[in-house]
Amino acid sequence: MDATVNTKKPHIKYLRRVFVWELPVRIYHWLNALAILVLIVTGLYIGNPLAVQSNREAAETFNMGYMRIIHFIAAYIFFFNFVFRIYWGFVGNKYANWRNFIPTTKKYWKEFMHVIKIDVLMMKDKGHHLEVGHNAVAGFTYFLTFIAFLIQCLTGFGLYSSMGTWWFPKMFGWVQVIFGGDIMMRQIHHWATWFFVLFSVVHVYLVFYHDYVEGRGEISSMGGGWKFIEQEYFDHHQEQKANAAGTDNTDNTQKETTV
Amino acid sequence: MPFFPSREMPTYLEEATRKGYSRRDFAKFCTMMGAFMGLEASGVAQVTKALETKKRLPVIWLHFQECTCCSESFIRSSHPMVADMLLDQISLDYSETLMAASGFQAEEAMKHTMEAHKGEYILCVEGSVPTAADGVYCMIGGKTSLQILEEAAENAKAIIAWGSCASNGCVQAAKPNPTSATPIHKLVKGKPVIKVPGCPPIGEVMAGVIVHVVTFDRLPELDNIGRPKAFYSKRVHDTCYRRPFYDAGLYVESFDDQNAKKGYCLYKVGCKGPSTYNACGVMRWNNGVSFPIQSGHGCFGCSEENYWDNGRLYERASAFPGFGIEADADKVGMAALGVTVGALAVHAVATNLRKKNLVSNLEKEGKQSEKDLE
Ligand code: HEM
Ligand code: HEM
Ligand code: SF4
Ligand code: SF4
Repeated sequence: MDATVNTKKPHIKYLRRVFVWELPVRIYHWLNALAILVLIVTGLYIGNPLAVQSNREAAETFNMGYMRIIHFIAAYIFFFNFVFRIYWGFVGNKYANWRNFIPTTKKYWKEFMHVIKIDVLMMKDKGHHLEVGHNAVAGFTYFLTFIAFLIQCLTGFGLYSSMGTWWFPKMFGWVQVIFGGDIMMRQIHHWATWFFVLFSVVHVYLVFYHDYVEGRGEISSMGGGWKFIEQEYFDHHQEQKANAAGTDNTDNTQKETTV
Repeated sequence: MPFFPSREMPTYLEEATRKGYSRRDFAKFCTMMGAFMGLEASGVAQVTKALETKKRLPVIWLHFQECTCCSESFIRSSHPMVADMLLDQISLDYSETLMAASGFQAEEAMKHTMEAHKGEYILCVEGSVPTAADGVYCMIGGKTSLQILEEAAENAKAIIAWGSCASNGCVQAAKPNPTSATPIHKLVKGKPVIKVPGCPPIGEVMAGVIVHVVTFDRLPELDNIGRPKAFYSKRVHDTCYRRPFYDAGLYVESFDDQNAKKGYCLYKVGCKGPSTYNACGVMRWNNGVSFPIQSGHGCFGCSEENYWDNGRLYERASAFPGFGIEADADKVGMAALGVTVGALAVHAVATNLRKKNLVSNLEKEGKQSEKDLE
């Protein structure tokens, strides 16, 4: 990250291990990713099943039936996993906290603009900005994603309410009233699917991107939970803390540091 | 049909006997209605008892913006007695289509029923009410539909919205809805409306709803959209006899292919059965002879709100709003995916140019460490 060091002999950074993603977050993440991929594939199949030329009797095949069962099982996993994540947003560590997702402070927006400049517009990083957890843009994107989760769960269980026998999906009968019927609900469910497709592609790309340009172990962070942060930032953090002693030093690591 | 029904109405049985039906016919009719309504055997006895002892209900049947297909369906409901009995039994005191009177006499008949049977009559409405331009699009006897509806609704015992027009606006309410066609439940305040959607609804369903009101003296159990649960709680798809083909993944790909001949599921040629709540799969049409899917044509979704705007008839997917008629969600989605991947490729290249220092520093650092390990 240290762009000012440009000598022949490379400056060796000392990295410190930071525990970012707790185990429940990591389990959530992979369950979620798996469930979503399965839901996208089975969902798009349900929406537009393949043409099968088969001489077998209907009684001997159950293609759509399996796709639907898998879709519904994944849907349940997805839903309860999502509910769990919301809960963890209140009890988990600061990187998991709900404040990472919802812009409530001015600082959040400042960071948001900063990330846009550095990572999207590719401007030079003058401020030496560091965010250990989600960066502001990522956090806000996950917030939008959570809204998409909600839409998908509501329309999904709304559709399911007339098929399921359990009381739980039946609770979603009211969604039908909002959309005036299943036709619109299905369409919205289908449209929203494409948001998930686009999100997944961009998300995975950006995870690799951050890993590549920052070298802090972004990809593996969702495996072991650790990121590796340069010692300079810790020093600087201490310095700033001392300077600002007493003044507004609000919540967390999402600190702007200047080296 | 007595023109001015007397205050002392005959019972249904009396009326049937007068019409020449035997006791046996009457019992059959009651059993059939009980079965349509999904009642158990004891329920059938209840129906019989009610129709034997209860005075027939006066009915006002209003027609607004509609095509009369609901009336047509009703008078053709399968059992010969349904039309005959219910039409005569439920004295249709005012129905623009079916009554003999017209003009002044007709208006008088309606007024009479409304006064003589205050709080007792059933108000059936066929058609939507246009509210644009102060309602000039549909006026009868100098009054707008809305005025007529409001007057008639005021002292009605129950209100039934026949068909999709009255339940959700149907074709008149399709975009751009020039007359602001409005379904009944949005205009009648403080009174429950039984919605019996369909274009038209199945005749037996209509009869069943009325018999229910007569028998139990209350509204049938409604779902959260306001439709009688007995007929609208299942999707056409759930009672469709082609369902095993759906589950098996065997579909008609075009109407003239081998699969169509084999009677496979019509899902891919636009069948809306999976999102349509109606009783077609069980009751069928025309004396239970057939229903669209049995005749090789997918369900339109005629009983669903907005079915004109919500989908294409012969395709599952509908146009994605704002992208023209050809573009469905998957086409727009694929295009968006293409653009996204393109943008990411550009970003990746830009990263390697603009962040060259950053990345090469990391690389140098890593290589130095590698060396230090030697
Ligand atoms: C990321 C999450 C999800 C994705 C991407 C997704 C995707 C899809 C897609 C593309 C369809 C086909 C729609 C069509 O064109 O007819 C579908 C159908 C459906 N989905 Fe989902 N879905 C998700 C979550 C859920 C959830 C949480 C439920 C809850 C039970 C659910 C229940 C359903 C149901 C009931 C259908 C209709 C199946 C049928 O009628 O046979 N989905 N889904
Ligand atoms: C190779 C595949 C993937 C890798 C390596 C990966 C890695 C990561 C990492 C490192 C983060 C945290 C960093 C950040 O804030 O940006 C993250 C967060 C997240 N990822 Fe992934 N991801 C993958 C696939 C997916 C997929 C397919 C989905 C779902 C469509 C997904 C959904 C999410 C969500 C919702 C978060 C926010 C987590 C939270 O609740 O805090 N990921 N992922
Ligand atoms: S023909 Fe239509 S209603 Fe019948 S199983 Fe196929 S999709 Fe469902
Ligand atoms: S099969 Fe569908 S379109 Fe046809 S009458 Fe029944 S609900 Fe309406």
